[in-house]
Amino acid sequence: MNQSVFRLTLPILFGYLPLGMAFGVLFTTQLDYPWWAAPAMGILIYAGAGQILAVSLLAAQAGLLEVFIAMFVLNARHLFYGLSLLGQFHGAGWRKAYLIFGLTDETYSLLTSRARSADRHHEQAVDFRITFFNQCYWVVGCALGALLGANVAFNSSGIEFALVALFIVLTIEQYKALADAFPVIAGAAAAALAILVLPEAHQLIGAIVVVSVVLLIQYRKLRHSAGAGGADHG
Amino acid sequence: MADTGYLAGFIAVAAVATFLTRVIPFLFFQRHTEHPLVRHLGRYLPAAVMALLATVFLQRSATWNSSLPGLDALLPAILVVVVHLWRRNALLSIASGTIAYMAILQLDLIQV
Repeated sequence: MNQSVFRLTLPILFGYLPLGMAFGVLFTTQLDYPWWAAPAMGILIYAGAGQILAVSLLAAQAGLLEVFIAMFVLNARHLFYGLSLLGQFHGAGWRKAYLIFGLTDETYSLLTSRARSADRHHEQAVDFRITFFNQCYWVVGCALGALLGANVAFNSSGIEFALVALFIVLTIEQYKALADAFPVIAGAAAAALAILVLPEAHQLIGAIVVVSVVLLIQYRKLRHSAGAGGADHG
Repeated sequence: MADTGYLAGFIAVAAVATFLTRVIPFLFFQRHTEHPLVRHLGRYLPAAVMALLATVFLQRSATWNSSLPGLDALLPAILVVVVHLWRRNALLSIASGTIAYMAILQLDLIQV
């Protein structure tokens, strides 16, 4: 099982190592804290954009209330991810808390895209390993970056494109599984709108809110036509 | 001047805020797993979010103020799509796109 999980998470490895290292380098070069605080943040917080923002908040000695609000708002898109996984995580027992804790953009994309058998318990065990492997890559990246500081040995610039490529591949897979282009077009259009009208820090959450509203309208329309057919039971 | 107490408090607050964003749907919607709206979102939201993440991060990977705006990221992205539709091997698609992007960036193949 670990081998197939590793294969599945390989693109995340290529995305998380350089991004984690970018954070680690930033952390040790910008701040006067011990290097191991960087991987500690990877273990306890585990949020890419959040941790990179945290470096500037730490440098500014921001108040803790401000830190709370900034981190909550920056990660608010996660509020929507659980909605697709309520059933999948149901009855996961002791694993559930960690599955929820580890729900990053990339883990969400893997967990909602992969093929599943009817054995829910087994699938939850696989989900757990995927989540754990991904976090390991992230923490190792944070630690390596913090240790290397500014002296990065090889030119890895651009390797973070692996995450963009992963999202493209998963979009194609989602489209093929659904056989419906509507959510893909709605998602891309919402992103384009957000890019045009919002500052970078608010684009993801703005786009997710827009696309959720669009899906809500689609839901009401579908239900309305189903209701007209006489099959509506509240 | 590194204040370890402040750092510990900072990490604790950041960890709680981040975890809250992930746990809230499970706290408030767990009883409604079978609700048709939740099922509708569960079915369509992942595809929408994936397209959205691809669009946003693709836009951020690209250089838009060059003579060929955005091509440094758009060409590798098209390569990913073509390779994936051709072979449908996720690792191959991702590797070819990433290597193409790194080459363009590091060898400055598309002049800014």
